[in-house]
Amino acid sequence: MVKINGAYIDAAGKTIAQYLSGTEYNLSRIAVERNGEIVPKSKYNEVVLFDGDCLEVVSFVGGG
Amino acid sequence: MENDKLIIGGHQFNSRFILGSGKYSLSLIEAAVRDAGAEIITLAVRRANTKEQENILDFIPKGVTLLPNTSGARNAEEAVRIARLARELGCGNFVKIEIMRDTKYLLPDNAETIRATEILARDGFVVMPYMYPDLNTARDLVNAGAAAVMPLAAPIGSNKGLATRDFIQILIDEIDLPIIVDAGIGRPSQACEAMEMGAAAIMANTALATAGDLPLMASAFRQAIEAGRKAYLSGLGRVLTRGASASDPLTGFLQD
Repeated sequence: MVKINGAYIDAAGKTIAQYLSGTEYNLSRIAVERNGEIVPKSKYNEVVLFDGDCLEVVSFVGGG
Repeated sequence: MENDKLIIGGHQFNSRFILGSGKYSLSLIEAAVRDAGAEIITLAVRRANTKEQENILDFIPKGVTLLPNTSGARNAEEAVRIARLARELGCGNFVKIEIMRDTKYLLPDNAETIRATEILARDGFVVMPYMYPDLNTARDLVNAGAAAVMPLAAPIGSNKGLATRDFIQILIDEIDLPIIVDAGIGRPSQACEAMEMGAAAIMANTALATAGDLPLMASAFRQAIEAGRKAYLSGLGRVLTRGASASDPLTGFLQD
């Protein structure tokens, strides 16, 4: 299982691009961090998710 | 006044009002930016929502500089992670460092803020640290590579005004970077007073978000900030310790 934004999801073995294509994230408005490291958009096709990985998918919201 | 620019990290701004975007509807952002005359707007980074139809970036007018904050960070490492994610979102290299360990008063952790400033400035960010107004910390932030220093006036979201007035004045007098008063400013008159003191800019969010008419309050703040800036540049008149000083010619005609 891969921990994605705090939830355990069966995404091991997929690339980040494959995982994201099955979701409704607005791809132009997100950034992705895997195990504490930024994954640039250009690497979404290459980076494969492993069991135990921790993924954060973030975007901008209103703030002060 | 036309040549009176706010310079942060080599970037020039005409407006001295930094607008927050939290706690109000996305549909009000355009009017808020317009009526505030703002050229910088703050944002936060959060876990993305898969069902999100609207993103705040679609509501911010073109040409406005984005200032992501690191709210939610409890130490320097978390602030650095958030700052790098914000940069990866592709909207420039400005960052407002905000590090809090205390959830009751939301006071910034000055020591961790200095550490994060050093790391992020070295990494090429334009670093604007939010801090508790302390001269030693401000000097450390200068040495760490900050582009501005952002002391709090009162606890975040309190609208209590310039509770730290005397200590902000010390920073204005002693620190060569722009001093931007952030947090706690609740009324235009308080923003004006901070500008009269020589603050370089004002950051406000809750004062607008909790006002009855947000765009109208944005406009009131804009005018107050401009008035305070003009007063500062003009040099305030002196205050008498005691007595009075007539404003009228001293030669009377009814007495002699």
